[in-house]
Amino acid sequence: MEMAGLFKYLYELLVSSGLPQLWVDIIALICAGFIMFGFLAVVALFLVWWERKVSAHIQQRFGPMRTGWHGWLQTIADAIKLLQKEDIIPSTADRSVFFWAPVIAFVAAFLAYVCIPFGKGLIVSDLNIGILYIVAITTFTVISLLMAGWGSNNKYALLGGMRSAAQIVSYEVPMMISILTIVLFTESLSMMDIVQSQAKIYQWYIFRLPFGPIAFIIYLIAGTAETNRTPFDLPEAEQELVAGFNIEYSGMKFAMFFLAEFVNMFTVSAIGATLFLGGWQGPFLPSWIWFMGKTLFLVFILMWFRWTYPRLRVDQLMEFSWKFLLPVSFANLILAGLMKYSKWFNW
Amino acid sequence: MEAESSQLVFYLLSFIIVIAAICVVTLKNIFHSALFLILVLFGVAGIYILLNAEFLAAVQVLIYVGAVSVLIIFAIMLTSHLTSRKIKQSNEQVTLAVFICAGFLLASLASIANTVWRITDRPMPEHNTLTIGKLLMNDYVLPFEIVSVVLLAALIGAIVLARKEGT
Repeated sequence: MEMAGLFKYLYELLVSSGLPQLWVDIIALICAGFIMFGFLAVVALFLVWWERKVSAHIQQRFGPMRTGWHGWLQTIADAIKLLQKEDIIPSTADRSVFFWAPVIAFVAAFLAYVCIPFGKGLIVSDLNIGILYIVAITTFTVISLLMAGWGSNNKYALLGGMRSAAQIVSYEVPMMISILTIVLFTESLSMMDIVQSQAKIYQWYIFRLPFGPIAFIIYLIAGTAETNRTPFDLPEAEQELVAGFNIEYSGMKFAMFFLAEFVNMFTVSAIGATLFLGGWQGPFLPSWIWFMGKTLFLVFILMWFRWTYPRLRVDQLMEFSWKFLLPVSFANLILAGLMKYSKWFNW
Repeated sequence: MEAESSQLVFYLLSFIIVIAAICVVTLKNIFHSALFLILVLFGVAGIYILLNAEFLAAVQVLIYVGAVSVLIIFAIMLTSHLTSRKIKQSNEQVTLAVFICAGFLLASLASIANTVWRITDRPMPEHNTLTIGKLLMNDYVLPFEIVSVVLLAALIGAIVLARKEGT
């Protein structure tokens, strides 16, 4: 049950309709966009529900139980409620910046999915610069947070936006270097090539001792910080900042930030699964099931972090990134380079 | 068809870039100027993609949008009362600026007119990231190292400046 065959069949149906090639490509891309959007909307709604369930069970509660079986309709009900809310813009806000901030956050979160391989042959576009593109395009998230912080004209929002920007910029460096460690071995930035270089289970980068696991742990820590989740959730520390950068947002604009956050969490996990856990490779089951399983497993780990660790202080946060993660990731990169040079992994 | 559509995209991108660049220099609110600057830089990345230089485009977005613009916005946010009436929002050195900009424009026009643009019929290298990497590590290793040393010096300089006396 490979999904790629179905999409190939649909594409050939479109080609056989006799339209010019340019129109076929445009229609195919628009359709791919809509499919991706629908898929990610469902994923985000599911993750919100799952996060509530996981947190509840970690704290020995049940979480949402009343709307549908074990509360599975809860997030749908919440989304409908948010859609009906009045769109409130504070009178002192910078209106255009206030409006565009959630839009940019939302679009930046979705743009990464152009080159994430969901399965065998299941990728919107296998770009040459794959992973570099994803890292580059997701930096727009920082801009959107800063815009939200400035546009709201509220001291809590401003502080939250500043903190999150400082945090994302700091943790981006170790994250990039841990990704670079993998690229060193694949000799390609294309996501499909990265997956293909991990065909056997002992080739998965997480199992390539000793640099693989180190790079994976650095990636996971930096990814948690990039998505502003506990123990790195200072941008929205409730006790200090009420809600952080999105304090003035309500209704659909708040929902856009919220969905973008969960889509970002899924992105970080999907990249982690692709780079370190062999992507869609796996025996017996169809490739897309393997991909989803690995990604959701990483999502679960991120949730587990969130509900078990206390929050760091601002100075601890920065020190941890610059004085610990960065040197370790550099040392790891040099180690991986030496191993590559000495042909330690010839398989 | 191919050439036509890429030309259309080029004019569209140029239009966006020029309009955004005009906004950068004419808007009164400096935060809005910074945001339009981001749009300009992003548009330039689009031009790079049009020229089949994807690696350069990604690096452009990563460095200019992800780092330089964030730094500019940080500086704006940390400056107190930036949009209040106490700070003059107009420039007093218009004449000087006009002269410098005109000189810069002339210099760039002259260099564009005097450069011999080499156009080859050879196909594009399939992996241009690989080619750039090889060139940086072989033919251009000295400039590459010098730039690295300059950046390192800037980094150390910033730390020395930011460090308080006696700590």
